[in-house]
Amino acid sequence: MRARTAGPPVLAVAAATLLAGCGGQTTLEPRSRPAQEISTLWWWMLVAATVVFLGALGMIGLAWLRRRHEGLPLLGNRKRLNLALVVFFGIAIPVAVNVALFVVSNFVVLKQTEAPAAASTRMTIQVIGHQWFWEVRYPGTSAVTANEIHIPARTRVNVVATTADVIHSFWVPQLNRKIDMIPGRRNRVLLYADRPGRYRGQCAEFCGTQHGHMALYVFADPPDRFRAWLANMAAPARAPSAAAERTGAQAFQADACASCHAIRGTSARGVVGPDLTHLATRTTLAALTIPNRRGDLAGWLVDPQHVKPGNRMPVLNLGRNDVKALVAYLESLR
Amino acid sequence: MAVIGTGAERIERLGRIWEERPGVLGWITTTDHKRIGLLYLFTTLVLFAAGGVEALLLRTQLIKANNGLLSPEAYNELFTLHGVTMVFFFVIPISIGAFGNYLLPLMIGARDMAFPRMNALSFWIFLASGIFMYTSLAIGDAPDAGWFNYVPLSAARFSPGPNIDFYCLGLIFNGIASTLTAVNFIVTMFKGRAPGMSMNRMPLFCFAFLAVSLALVFALPPLNVALILLELDRQVGTHFYDVAGGGDPLLWQHLFWIFGHPEVYIIILPAFGIATSIIPTFTHRRMVAFPLVALAEILVALIGFGVWAHHMFATGLPAAETVYFSAVSLIIVVPSAIQLFAWLTTLLTGTPDFQTPLLFIVGFIVFFIIGGLSGVMFAAVPFDQQVTDTYFVVAHFHFVIFGAAVFPLLGGLYYWFPKVTGRMYSEPVGKLSFWLSFAGTAITFFPMHIVGLLGMPRRVYTYPHGLGWDATNLIETLGSYLLAVGLLMVAANLAVSRFRGKRVGRDPFDGATLEWEASSPPKPYNFPVIPTVSSPYPMWDRRDRKKDERKLERGEMVLDAGHETPATTVVDAELDEILEMPSDSPWPPLLALTLALVFVFLLTGHWVTAVVFAGASAAVLGAWHWKEPEEA
Repeated sequence: MRARTAGPPVLAVAAATLLAGCGGQTTLEPRSRPAQEISTLWWWMLVAATVVFLGALGMIGLAWLRRRHEGLPLLGNRKRLNLALVVFFGIAIPVAVNVALFVVSNFVVLKQTEAPAAASTRMTIQVIGHQWFWEVRYPGTSAVTANEIHIPARTRVNVVATTADVIHSFWVPQLNRKIDMIPGRRNRVLLYADRPGRYRGQCAEFCGTQHGHMALYVFADPPDRFRAWLANMAAPARAPSAAAERTGAQAFQADACASCHAIRGTSARGVVGPDLTHLATRTTLAALTIPNRRGDLAGWLVDPQHVKPGNRMPVLNLGRNDVKALVAYLESLR
Repeated sequence: MAVIGTGAERIERLGRIWEERPGVLGWITTTDHKRIGLLYLFTTLVLFAAGGVEALLLRTQLIKANNGLLSPEAYNELFTLHGVTMVFFFVIPISIGAFGNYLLPLMIGARDMAFPRMNALSFWIFLASGIFMYTSLAIGDAPDAGWFNYVPLSAARFSPGPNIDFYCLGLIFNGIASTLTAVNFIVTMFKGRAPGMSMNRMPLFCFAFLAVSLALVFALPPLNVALILLELDRQVGTHFYDVAGGGDPLLWQHLFWIFGHPEVYIIILPAFGIATSIIPTFTHRRMVAFPLVALAEILVALIGFGVWAHHMFATGLPAAETVYFSAVSLIIVVPSAIQLFAWLTTLLTGTPDFQTPLLFIVGFIVFFIIGGLSGVMFAAVPFDQQVTDTYFVVAHFHFVIFGAAVFPLLGGLYYWFPKVTGRMYSEPVGKLSFWLSFAGTAITFFPMHIVGLLGMPRRVYTYPHGLGWDATNLIETLGSYLLAVGLLMVAANLAVSRFRGKRVGRDPFDGATLEWEASSPPKPYNFPVIPTVSSPYPMWDRRDRKKDERKLERGEMVLDAGHETPATTVVDAELDEILEMPSDSPWPPLLALTLALVFVFLLTGHWVTAVVFAGASAAVLGAWHWKEPEEA
């Protein structure tokens, strides 16, 4: 096996210094073997490209220095020689470099990033793109969530990527390449994380008004934590206990929330918006548009069109008390 | 004296024969390739300004995280219109319609295009299609699904408004103009070359435009098919792209990119042609490897048809397909590299005089290398799958389409400005405008590579703090303002010099090709004597030009018996026959108008009215051909 940091060391160090502290959506801080291979390929291509670029700039510089002299330095102006230069740099060198690039990228690296065959991994999850959020299902369990995908760290996970409406593209750069979600197709991509952590992803194919607010997190958890999370996620919603929560639960059914959202264990079975059964366990709302905090949640309920204009959730003109009760109820959905 | 007098008389007679109506009406009914070229130029420059303002608005929205300048709907309409405008209404029509129209007949020693009235029709259809497309913005329903308009986002279910209908119908309409121009160019270059200009003596500029024209004729049909199928899905309820009805959304992507990738070469090849015109002039030497470069220009256009699926590596194509398209994408690097090193070797072995036009070409070479190198990276499938649809690809194609395609156009504007106006631009302002545009381009587009690698997807109307994207976006936006200043300076330089510039003769740069033989500005008949050519650099063959001058006195090859131009054989350019050319005509603009009404009523769904105007168009076409040009 190749060493992990196979890229040119100087560049890698420079990049690490430059990019330290950046968020978790960069291709340059890979956290899995496939992303690592792509990143290494990039650094080598950058080295080759820099050599070509500087060589060409050198020729332009030399042309400027010798702007009053005909012909090549020392060799003079010979037709055959000029033609030989064009053939060497324009045909021989590109052919050699491109053959190498072709073999490395399409036979070595592609093997790592290619989709795993169906049922060849320990685990399969299903991610379904919607305008504009991600529905996440864990086949074999009743768990359904949205926008925040949990996977066990150091486990190969097969993601089946499909769409409920238009084309989206599922992309978590630190973990792997992107894969389009296309109507009528079931595409697959491997998700693997070297270590526990939170990795940001975003829709990469323009999908309409709120394409800009269609992000997701992948949480790679230690195996025990993942198992506990999944068990909780598969369970139906807990019944409201406090009075405010009960009022909120009634408001949820009465105020048309239930016609678009599902809360498993209740009569809410809507399929337009995300499943809210365990909403309180998520850290963000509206596909990472705002944090899942009391004030933000209330603001969202009051005017979702202000927070994420054009999204499918209408302004419901909820009363103050309704909002308060709904927040209490939703916050109880752990 | 009598002999000279005869020459003067001939010139006077030519002037009378080729004169067109004066005033505005003259511009509307013109069939003069130079006036049509100028109409194209002014129209495309207005559209360039529109596309530029759109770009500045987009950049200003992205100047900081969570900016609220533009609503997402406005942002999506603007970036779609920016792409559509720059590709279909600026780069291609200015290259082909303005530069090609104005220069090709001059370069091959002809008096006009093969089909002058069809040429006028191309322009009026182009203008009408531009107005049609921008009407969408005026009524607030501009196309908003990106310039490649993927289904099903653009299907009626997700885009019920007229936005996408403007896109489909506007592009079909626009495509008619491009097709007519391409056919016209092919025939003109095959049949209209001056005696002696055999294929191997045709200027490289013409080879590039021949390649472009051939590519256009074959690339536009798949686009038209794609657009018609989509319009049928939207308005008639067919299911070509609809999975539920047995269709497939990937069909759109294949059809679009079968057009879309040759399109990239259609955009860049005229730039190559301009570079190969400017470089010999300012390096005072012939192009190195002329036959290789001519071959490479044709090969690029040809191989460009075999690479389309490299736009679709993330769609989950089978591995065998991706590997094939990766290989062809790497192969096409070779003809591009041949041209690159031919330019560089010519610069190196010549005695380059770095005046404004050559500076823009050097800028083009630098940007073409950057855009070309990142392009090679996209042929590496796994890397493509990582950075496609991010700002890395935005950086890549702006280096190619702006840096490499538009810089030669700017250099070409400077280079041929004295030819068109008879006046010289300001060299110091020209140099300054170059450096501002060069710095602006680099500062706007280079950081996009970095922000793309940092994970920023394209076409997002805003972005959050904390992902390391803030500084690069700010720099890009400031760069775009600098670029705007540079471009405005080019415009101001040319506008002021048009009236105040020093008067120049017909050949201020000692250019190599025949356009420099014509007066500045050229007379409506271009050349008093049809030149006879014996090399690809006819203006550097002094003896040939002297011979032409003597022919005027003898009345040889003056063709002053009527509205005449010679036709020559396709390969060897031996004189074949003398063609009587049609004169100015009101029918082409009228036909464009009736066709425009067909498209308007297709848009509004008034099928019967549309058919009525289609009938009217046929009637106009009949009237146009009712009377063939007479013997003079």
